Amino acid sequence: MFRSAAKPIPSKPIPSKPIPSGSYTATAPGGGVAARVFEVLKVYGEGDASVAALDGVSIDFAADAFTAVMGPSGSGKSTLMHCMAALDTVSSGQVFIGGVELAGLGDKQLTKLRRDKIGFVFQAYNLVPTLTAQENIELPLSIAGRKVDRQWFDTVIDTVGLRDRLGHRPNQLSGGQQQRVACARALVARPEVVFADEPTGNLDSAASAEVLAFLRSSVDDHRQTVIMVTHDPVAASYTDRVVFLADGKVVDELRNPTADDVLEEMKVLSARSVAGTAAGH
Amino acid sequence: MFKVTWRNLVARKIRLALSGFAIVLGVAFVAGSFIFTDALGGAFDGIVSGTTADVEILPEGAGQVDTFGTDARTIPASLVAELSQLTEAEMVVGTDQVQGVFVISKEGKLIGGNGPPGLAFNYNEMTAITGERILTLADGELPTTRTEVALDIDTAEKADYDIGDEVTLVTPGDPPTMKAELTGLVRFGSEGGLAGATLTIFDAQVIKDLFFGGKDVYTHVSLTAAEEVSQIQLRDAAQEVVPEGLDVVTGDEFAADQQDAIGEILGFINTFLLVFAAVALVVGTFLIINTFSILVAQRSRELALLRAMGASKKQVNRAVLSEALVVSLVGSTVGLGLGYLLAIGLKALFGVIGLDLGAADMPIQLRTILVSYAVGVIVTLIAAYLPARRASRISPVQAMRDDVALPEASLRWRFIIGAVMVAGGVALMGGGFAGSGGRGLLLIGIGMLAILIGVALMAPVLGRPIIHALGWAYRRLFGTVGNLATMNTLRNPRRTAATSSALMIGLTLVALMSILGQSAKVSTDKAIEESLTAELIVSNATGQFFSTAYGDQIRELDGVASVTTFRQATAKLGESQAYLQAVDPRSLGAALQLPVDSGSLRRFDAQSVLVSSTRAESSSLEVGDSVKLTFPAGPKAFTVAGVYPVGGAIAGDFLLSLEGLERAGIKPEDSLLFISKEPDASEAAVRSQIEDVLVDNPTVTLKNQKEFAEEQRGLINTVLYIIYALLGLAIIIAILGITNTLALSVIERTREVGLLRAVGVSRRQLRTMVRLESIAISVLGAVLGVVMGIAFGIAMQRAIADQGIDVLSIPWLLLGSFVVLAGLVGVLAAVLPARRAARLNVLEAITTE
Repeated sequence: MFRSAAKPIPSKPIPSKPIPSGSYTATAPGGGVAARVFEVLKVYGEGDASVAALDGVSIDFAADAFTAVMGPSGSGKSTLMHCMAALDTVSSGQVFIGGVELAGLGDKQLTKLRRDKIGFVFQAYNLVPTLTAQENIELPLSIAGRKVDRQWFDTVIDTVGLRDRLGHRPNQLSGGQQQRVACARALVARPEVVFADEPTGNLDSAASAEVLAFLRSSVDDHRQTVIMVTHDPVAASYTDRVVFLADGKVVDELRNPTADDVLEEMKVLSARSVAGTAAGH
Repeated sequence: MFKVTWRNLVARKIRLALSGFAIVLGVAFVAGSFIFTDALGGAFDGIVSGTTADVEILPEGAGQVDTFGTDARTIPASLVAELSQLTEAEMVVGTDQVQGVFVISKEGKLIGGNGPPGLAFNYNEMTAITGERILTLADGELPTTRTEVALDIDTAEKADYDIGDEVTLVTPGDPPTMKAELTGLVRFGSEGGLAGATLTIFDAQVIKDLFFGGKDVYTHVSLTAAEEVSQIQLRDAAQEVVPEGLDVVTGDEFAADQQDAIGEILGFINTFLLVFAAVALVVGTFLIINTFSILVAQRSRELALLRAMGASKKQVNRAVLSEALVVSLVGSTVGLGLGYLLAIGLKALFGVIGLDLGAADMPIQLRTILVSYAVGVIVTLIAAYLPARRASRISPVQAMRDDVALPEASLRWRFIIGAVMVAGGVALMGGGFAGSGGRGLLLIGIGMLAILIGVALMAPVLGRPIIHALGWAYRRLFGTVGNLATMNTLRNPRRTAATSSALMIGLTLVALMSILGQSAKVSTDKAIEESLTAELIVSNATGQFFSTAYGDQIRELDGVASVTTFRQATAKLGESQAYLQAVDPRSLGAALQLPVDSGSLRRFDAQSVLVSSTRAESSSLEVGDSVKLTFPAGPKAFTVAGVYPVGGAIAGDFLLSLEGLERAGIKPEDSLLFISKEPDASEAAVRSQIEDVLVDNPTVTLKNQKEFAEEQRGLINTVLYIIYALLGLAIIIAILGITNTLALSVIERTREVGLLRAVGVSRRQLRTMVRLESIAISVLGAVLGVVMGIAFGIAMQRAIADQGIDVLSIPWLLLGSFVVLAGLVGVLAAVLPARRAARLNVLEAITTE
């Protein structure tokens, strides 16, 4: 299996072209781009107290690929995902999901976008406790008033292996089963992108492996785009590409990573981050 | 631990404010009831002491207030001259007081009259025991001729009369209406407050001519003591001069007797209001229990942490209870203030029905404050005890866990306890119906309360089918949003049931009253239709008596075949009050068909009475027995000529003859006239003639049977509306309770709301979800309440069927509209929680702990 080496991102000023596909940015492999962020700036607070959580981030996320976003705590990886998933807004820059720019969309349109084009898998509390597994899976479709594609539904259910659990409520399911239900919900509406925020953070290694294998197969077998935020090198090893963030900036990326590669890169990053912190004082 | 309590209070201001609201409203009702009745009592006490002189002389027994029907006895005027010889008396004044003199305003409207008396007397310069003049001439001059009067300032202002205007008066004498020139304005006492009563001042001779047949007599004589002479010395001196048959009473004694008698009536009003306060408090208790349960549930993790750090069960328990204590103290204080405003509202409400308190003081007595705090604190602590006990049972190890479940008693036990309470309540109600009087009513009340609480306990189970039925409709109409709402309603059946129970209790009582009211109306209609043979009725809508002159004049009209006069009075039978009607036995048959259970109408004459079947039973009276009725003028014995069934046209315990009532010392004043026309006379012609007779008097009106029935229904409606208005407060508490529960639920489910929004639920859908949940809670309460109300209504109607409400009529349409209205209430209650849920920031919501 071909694996690209870690290559540092040039620290040149970013050109102000609209929607570039230049080599300064973390560029997706292959042709289509499912999601793209360009020169995204996200600032919290005002004046002297302001902190840039994202400081000019530009990344293309390839369609039909499984991408991981990694970085130490405070690197901005969660903020990036929230901004991409229409849960938060950027201070400046552009975010595209399936060719739609998020800037300027109102709450109604953003809600519709999340409903129709985005799938979510959170770390925990993914499911509505009052609904059965099946109702949870169908939730995004049913609130949109869309018909469930039975065949696709069956495929998804069989892939996650939940057929005998469909009538159960979340509290009757194990943590791993709950996450698989969440994955099924994210996929059943055939979204443009599935965002997974530490989907295995609360799971043991066996359950984690099941969930990750499922996300992997949804990309390989069903041409789904998955973007996952994680701090777990093992989880990252399931992906096609890992983008590393530090201090709100893209600092590196790996293609077809192994867990060891990722672990190594993380060590470097945290060392640099500690050094940077020390230098700052 | 106290620090923790305090920090919690400060940190949860809004949630506690919401729970405190239930206390505030309950306490406000209690405080308002007391403040209002105190104000009422104060106003009447002021009037009594403001009109009483040092010594009062009246016909024996005339000082009683708890009978009505005007005493016809008088005192010869010569007594005043004899009393004036006494050195102990500084001033001796004879007064002729007449009741039933009403002022008609410039627009032709009756002033006061709907309860408070219309008084008339001659002017005097007497000083009352308060040290103030009873009357002072404020403006203009005193009346001196037959066509001149003076009015009290308030009445003149309300009627829009100025000095020199021509005033229209309704009188109980002949002529029944008169016009007179307003010559002056008098002020009553120092403040001028008359509690809605009106005061007309006549010249001393004119009042004798108009109302006492020109005889030189007085209704009472008042004396003021000379300097250094006590009331008792004056009384003893007067006693020497006054002949047998007259009472001589000191002013203090007289005022105290009058105030006691009034206090008894006011005590009834207070009890009546406190019943509604109790309803509000029971409803409020449900909400406090509910709020604290939710608050404890939401904080269970924090409480477990306290336990883990070494706090004992007792300390956790105490922490929750001290929070409740602080909330109850704050709530009671605010409630007391709100109660004052509520008393002002009650004053306005009673003002509408004629009990005008004017500028009466609204005293907040120490008793009111103590009762308010006691009620607020005790109710809150009881309500918070159960959640507190549950909180203390949280085990320390649960602090480490993600989801802390509170130990909860099983629904099965709840259901069993509820069922036992319902069974006990039914038994109590049965006992109450079998018993009689106040004790019976109390048993019925306690029984109802037990059943209501029992049903509230069973509501989580009983309500399930209703929620499922609603859920079915919701899913059909609103799809997934409907499903989510239904599931939210079902996820915590106790909470849903407790919240809807508040509304259930309010609506049970509203439904019960509406069924009783409707049954009363239909029963009255039936009685009028079945027994009334007269075509036309003259009556006074305000319940005041009117001059006998009308009957005499109408009898002379062309086309009038007969006029049957009815009069009313009360008397005492032993210790109990007896309500009397009187009619001329010879013309009774022309007005109505009175069926007789036993005895005969033929034996009904001036020496005999007819008895209602209920009174005959309760006082063990049979045909031929002698019955002694006590009037102000003394006891009078009658023979029982027959027993008539209750529920017909005759309300009351006894039917006397007009002659019998007059002989008992009651002045002839009519309450109803039943008129039959000649068979060949046109109704329209007869009507217009009678209307000419009644012209100028807006209080006495002519009706046909249908209009008469409508008037009766109107009286029932007035009572119903007052009761609805008072129950409205319980409903408001219930609405707040729903808002409170929903708001707390939304806070509790912040994360879930965030998730829903993240996966694409729109704000509008979220609002709909909360709204549907709210509607489900309210409709559940309404359905349970209406069902209970129907059950109680049927039971009550059966129990009092022999007291005139003999037809059961259930206003289905009205009851149905209560349920629909409850749905709207649900929408209203959901406004704020729904807005809050919709406005939650999605990102913050999903990332909350």
